[in-house]
Amino acid sequence: MAIPTSGFTGRRQNRDANLPPGQYLTDGFPVLSAGPTPHVVLADWTLQIAEGPRTMHQWTWEQLQALPQEDITTDIHCVTRWSKLGTSWRGVSLDTLFEDVESEAEYAMVHSYGGYTTNLPLDDLLDGKAWIVHEFDGEPLPPAHGGPARLLVPHLYFWKSAKWVSGIRLMDQDLPGFWESNGYNMYGDPWREERYW
Amino acid sequence: MRRTWQDVEVSAVRPETARARTVRLRFPDVVTGVPGQHVDLRLTAEDGYQAVRSYSVAAWVPPRELELTVEELDDGEVSPFLVGVLSVGDRLEVRGPVGGWFTWTPDLAGPLQLIAGGSGVVPLMAMLRSHAEARAIAPARLLYSVRSPDHVFYRGELAVLGQEDPQVTIDIAYSREAPDGRAAGRLTHEAVTASCFPPDEAPAVYICGSTGFVEAVAAWLVEDGHDAGRIRTERYGG
Repeated sequence: MAIPTSGFTGRRQNRDANLPPGQYLTDGFPVLSAGPTPHVVLADWTLQIAEGPRTMHQWTWEQLQALPQEDITTDIHCVTRWSKLGTSWRGVSLDTLFEDVESEAEYAMVHSYGGYTTNLPLDDLLDGKAWIVHEFDGEPLPPAHGGPARLLVPHLYFWKSAKWVSGIRLMDQDLPGFWESNGYNMYGDPWREERYW
Repeated sequence: MRRTWQDVEVSAVRPETARARTVRLRFPDVVTGVPGQHVDLRLTAEDGYQAVRSYSVAAWVPPRELELTVEELDDGEVSPFLVGVLSVGDRLEVRGPVGGWFTWTPDLAGPLQLIAGGSGVVPLMAMLRSHAEARAIAPARLLYSVRSPDHVFYRGELAVLGQEDPQVTIDIAYSREAPDGRAAGRLTHEAVTASCFPPDEAPAVYICGSTGFVEAVAAWLVEDGHDAGRIRTERYGG
């Protein structure tokens, strides 16, 4: 065990069984992003699923809204150590979007307006584990938090929940996205503290 | 980068403001990194309880030391201890330095534009110090927005840098209370434009502060014609 730091007592009352190791609870909603916030006009917004150079499916904003919508209440965990419990979102399950997708690919690169990317195994996007969300707490998702729409993959650190999502490209091998090329973990499980390389 | 936790010793502390101080840490071995990176700090209580927080590196002191500057948060669990209790000779654990995006090194070409809100100045100060030590050819500007003169970190050092280094320009903007002869007020788009290299000089821009500060300033610079791909941001508290 580590040597105690003289005089440090800490504060324990907030410890919650739903809090992964090394995380602390916040009531706010901090923002983590690497550059300026892109502002996307809804009339120009599309979401694509592609494999290699081939676009397999594309939805406009209206088409996304016409799909079955789900309300999600979930805990979120940021690699910068804050966690927020019981957040509420509304959006479309990726199971719905992938219903007609035929592919042997095992990995996905998620792309965003503004150029952000993040990589995930395709299995982590399916079976009720991920959504494209456009509402937070009953309100349209603000641009600073990824609006008009972001990916929500709450079982992984929140950098995997790409803001300003524009598409998902399927890949045969696991290639690093933006933060993954800049020192963060390829997978990012908060319960195993997969923060860095 | 070191992935494991290392035991370090507090080798010096000095106040920056009434609520912030700089802590110098001595590592068992050589520690290297680049300006803009942060470290994870782990504190352990007598009963084994641990708390971990990330802090930006303010200065590299080769070969075995680095400095952090910590501001006390009202509801903080760790920062009041670091600012008010931690003493020279105390031991804690560090992992890192970490981070490969919000970084600058003197070999990068082009002007360096730094924009800080409050304690967001810390990682930018590491860049400015590195710029000065390397005698970098590219010019650098720091726009530093603070509440009042009493809230300025590194006051003496910034004054010297601004006076003596012809490549460095420092502008301090006061939001609540200004020194005599200066006006206080919220930072405006015009003031930011006036204190920044123009877009056609293609500066590398680093903005660090609260979310509201970073959102506003980054949006103004994009509006001014700066390439969003050359603007890097970091927000504290998140």
